Amino acid sequence: MELLTKWLVKHDLIFAFLTVGIILFFSFIVSKKLTNNKIPAAAIAITLGLLLAYMGGNKGIASIPLFSGMALLGGNMMRDFTVVSTAMGASISQIKKAGFIGTISLVLGVLMAFLLGSIIAYALGYHDAKSIVTIGAGACTFIVGPVTGTAIGASSDIIAISIAIGVIKSVLVTLLTPVIAKNIGLNNPETAMIFGGMMGTTSGVTAGLAAVDTKLVPYGALTATFYTGLGCLLCPSVLYYLTTILFN
Amino acid sequence: MKIYGVAFLAACYLIGQILGDALGLLFSFNGNIGGVGFGMLLLILLGDEINKRGWLDNESESGILFWSGLYIPVVVAMSSIQNVKAALTGGWTAVIIGIVATLCCFALIPVIAKLSKRLKN
Repeated sequence: MELLTKWLVKHDLIFAFLTVGIILFFSFIVSKKLTNNKIPAAAIAITLGLLLAYMGGNKGIASIPLFSGMALLGGNMMRDFTVVSTAMGASISQIKKAGFIGTISLVLGVLMAFLLGSIIAYALGYHDAKSIVTIGAGACTFIVGPVTGTAIGASSDIIAISIAIGVIKSVLVTLLTPVIAKNIGLNNPETAMIFGGMMGTTSGVTAGLAAVDTKLVPYGALTATFYTGLGCLLCPSVLYYLTTILFN
Repeated sequence: MKIYGVAFLAACYLIGQILGDALGLLFSFNGNIGGVGFGMLLLILLGDEINKRGWLDNESESGILFWSGLYIPVVVAMSSIQNVKAALTGGWTAVIIGIVATLCCFALIPVIAKLSKRLKN
């Protein structure tokens, strides 16, 4: 056993690929069989990731030598690199298609989530700008939170909270969209674009819209694609700057 | 060559990070301001230009797509290395914020939809 552990530690990054692959495989099965695709596999997998982290120490599961490779695969550099790569496929002609109302809903969506998140964070006793901004960014998506937190130097427990907020949002969007679609008039392409811009979580938006009307999925995805980019641009810059003025 | 796509992506990432770090220094923050966002913007703007001129073929593009396919797995690995035990001392923070933020954003959708109709008329 000890020998096997030693051997795996030697190949830690590759072992991390295998581990994450297994987690995702398992999540896809759970998503399909237990939730009938109602909860996106990505949300399940990230939740499992957080559960694994709980089993470890202050570096999460990477505190256990066997899983040290997770720190390489899930490190800041890899994360930022893959996040940037998701912008591939979004083009200027698409931005034009989203148009004025898509842009408005994107900006409002990011600001609204950030404001609500940071105000509640303040009310719950987080009074330093770094924590407030990171938690506010987490209310955007589970990626805007950690990107912002790392950029401004927030602590790992705050970053973990911001990921959890984003995951809860993604699951809620998925589950609630089909239930309240009628009440918010979500039955046409334009509202779907507004919806994507307001909610932002791509996994939640696409899964939620798929349950309402698959024809609406591309419209929601169109604006949602830009949400994380906009959040990563605004939260650690303008919004952080304004927050520090307010709190320092 | 796939590596051309990966190299192009790396260039966008690095320039974005430089911009973010430079802004951080400029405003004397200890950190990187919007580096990832700038990187994405660059990839969209330069990518569009490069596509028009046909400089990146499908093979090169698949080098970028490979990394965007690793996005969720990397995020899963990232969640697994956070200090979740300490985060749990925050108690209900995540749950409350997640629910309130989502519901309020839902509520705003019909408002914006109405606004959009009014703008058109």
